[in-house]
Amino acid sequence: MPEAPLTSKTSAPAPPKTPPATRSSVAMGRAAFMRLLWPLVALAAVLLWNLAFSPGFFHIEVRDGHLYGSLIDIANRAAPVMLTALGMTLVLATFGVDLSVGAVMAIAGAVAALVVEPRGGVAAILLALAASLAAGLWNGVLVAYLDIQPIVATLILMVAGRGIAQLLTNGQIITFHNPVLETLGGGFFLGLPFPITLVAGVYVVLGLTVRRTALGLFIEAVGDNASASRYAGVPAARVKLLAYVICGLCAGLAGLIVTSDIRAADANNAGMYLELDAILAAVIGGTSLSGGRFNLLGALLGGLLIQSLTTTILTKGIPVQFTLVVKALVIIAVCLLQSEPLRRRFARQKAVEKREEAAA
Amino acid sequence: MTSPASPPPTTPRSSIQSRLLASQNVSLLATGFVCFLLYAAGGLAYQGFLSKNVFINLLTDNAFLGVAAVGMTFVILSGGIDLSVGSVIGCVSILIATMVKSGAPPALVIVGMLLLGALFGAAMGALIQYFELPPFLVTLAGMFLARGVGLVVSLESVPVDHPALTRLTGLNLLLPITAIIFLVLFAAGVYIAHYTPFGRNVYAVGGNAVSASLMGLPVARTVVGVYAFSGFCSALAGVVFTLYTLSGNASAGIGLELDAIAAVVIGGTLLSGGVGVVAGTFLGVLILGIIQTGITFQGTLSSWWTRIAIGMLLLIFILLQRFIQNRAAKSQGQG
Repeated sequence: MPEAPLTSKTSAPAPPKTPPATRSSVAMGRAAFMRLLWPLVALAAVLLWNLAFSPGFFHIEVRDGHLYGSLIDIANRAAPVMLTALGMTLVLATFGVDLSVGAVMAIAGAVAALVVEPRGGVAAILLALAASLAAGLWNGVLVAYLDIQPIVATLILMVAGRGIAQLLTNGQIITFHNPVLETLGGGFFLGLPFPITLVAGVYVVLGLTVRRTALGLFIEAVGDNASASRYAGVPAARVKLLAYVICGLCAGLAGLIVTSDIRAADANNAGMYLELDAILAAVIGGTSLSGGRFNLLGALLGGLLIQSLTTTILTKGIPVQFTLVVKALVIIAVCLLQSEPLRRRFARQKAVEKREEAAA
Repeated sequence: MTSPASPPPTTPRSSIQSRLLASQNVSLLATGFVCFLLYAAGGLAYQGFLSKNVFINLLTDNAFLGVAAVGMTFVILSGGIDLSVGSVIGCVSILIATMVKSGAPPALVIVGMLLLGALFGAAMGALIQYFELPPFLVTLAGMFLARGVGLVVSLESVPVDHPALTRLTGLNLLLPITAIIFLVLFAAGVYIAHYTPFGRNVYAVGGNAVSASLMGLPVARTVVGVYAFSGFCSALAGVVFTLYTLSGNASAGIGLELDAIAAVVIGGTLLSGGVGVVAGTFLGVLILGIIQTGITFQGTLSSWWTRIAIGMLLLIFILLQRFIQNRAAKSQGQG
């Protein structure tokens, strides 16, 4: 590790003998897996429960070279949540939060729908992404350079953003027909719905960026302790800015998918409450709300879990409004699992049991 | 327990704290100035803007927002946040309407709802305090829960035509009943915040929870109490909403939590907790109301300009807060 001389000087009780890098990476790998275990178990439970009640649930068939089936459908519908959750994960890891992703989705959709008729699909996609990039920059500058609390800074765009989107569409639902833009939400790639491909692509790019470069380490350092990382030479402000920009871009892509899926920009409803789903997905996936720890794969699992819950409720014929109640209970359960006092109590109980065992 | 109008403590206070408290007056002055400016501008631009009726409507139309904002002020002063207020309003209004429709006595229903709101808030506060969960996540769950329960009760809006309730809204003691509830709750909020031990504890916990607990203040009780009070205010806002519209609607108050937060911030309360005054929130609510009224008077501007204007005001006031905090910190460094 490059900082080895520094640490050996400052921290006296350094772990002896065992090379620290391999030891910590093995431990980290195991910890990451353990964090993914719960969402995986939960997802499997929901899917198996579905299988028990509707036997054709796991059935996937090929029609015209495209894959169809409930599982594919869940993944397809989960795409917007998964995309925003990926961006949200990085922001949460810097000890921030972005409440404006829903509004940014609405803005991206509005821009695309306005531009697509005169300028064509490619220009629409690029301009929509440019708009969401600008939104991310705005949030990032407020948080990183003006030092405003993330909840408040992004609240501004959350309130004003939807107004801007409505202003762009003049409060109306703008419909369009354009093959390029429609492919984004309704097309297929290698047999899979295009949104799934898009999510996979963004995941791979982000995953490689954060783990093959120092960015991931920087993000965790900034989230863990911003001033300490600044003293250590990490450009904390720039790292934060980048996280918000990525989050804005992810939200913009999600907005494009939603807009393309319904072939219309609906500034009132696009991305409504999605910021909450995105945060929930990231937290289910093992990203800590207190920063410094993140898991991109977990965010995808979280998104899938939320969508499969929603789909389950819908296919069971339970009124859709129950999803909110279920989500609320899931949030509380996940939070309690992450809660420090509860963990401490469990740890103490275990210690007591062990002592009793030893005594007996 | 409540000591009458005790003067501000003269014990030596860390100078950064006193500077922030002094700056609170700057914030409040700025808010008052903006409020006056907007009102005067409206009066200059539109005939009849300054009339008594418009002012009474300003109070009536924003009564439920104001009631919710009082509770939100306490939560933010304590360093937390409550995202559930809008959904609680919807949930309470639909519950009142359905229960009254099925023959329950209105007075009993309303009292029950206020208790339920306080209990709901207390439960969220307990989760936040005893399990060290982040307030915005817990109240987010509360928001989903309340909205979900409301929608499960009824998707459609239910009219309220119980004679006792219609008579109550028909009453006009100088002001409509909803405006009176709003003003009375505000007076109560000012009293609780500035003249009771609970109020002082809220400021202490918001300033620094650790030192508050080292000083022997009942931090846990204060935090749970703050969320219980906010839950009570949200439920009362739901009652006001039901009286105002004479109907229950489960989707009432969507996004209202943001307006309430905006009113509190514009009113000069620092989102980091510990600094602010309840009276500022009153001005904040009035400012939001004046913007809305102005846009209605203008006629051609569409309603989404309201959102954008509120967003801009939020930005300006947050930057102002930042500026004041930085200056306080800097002069602390010099002194």
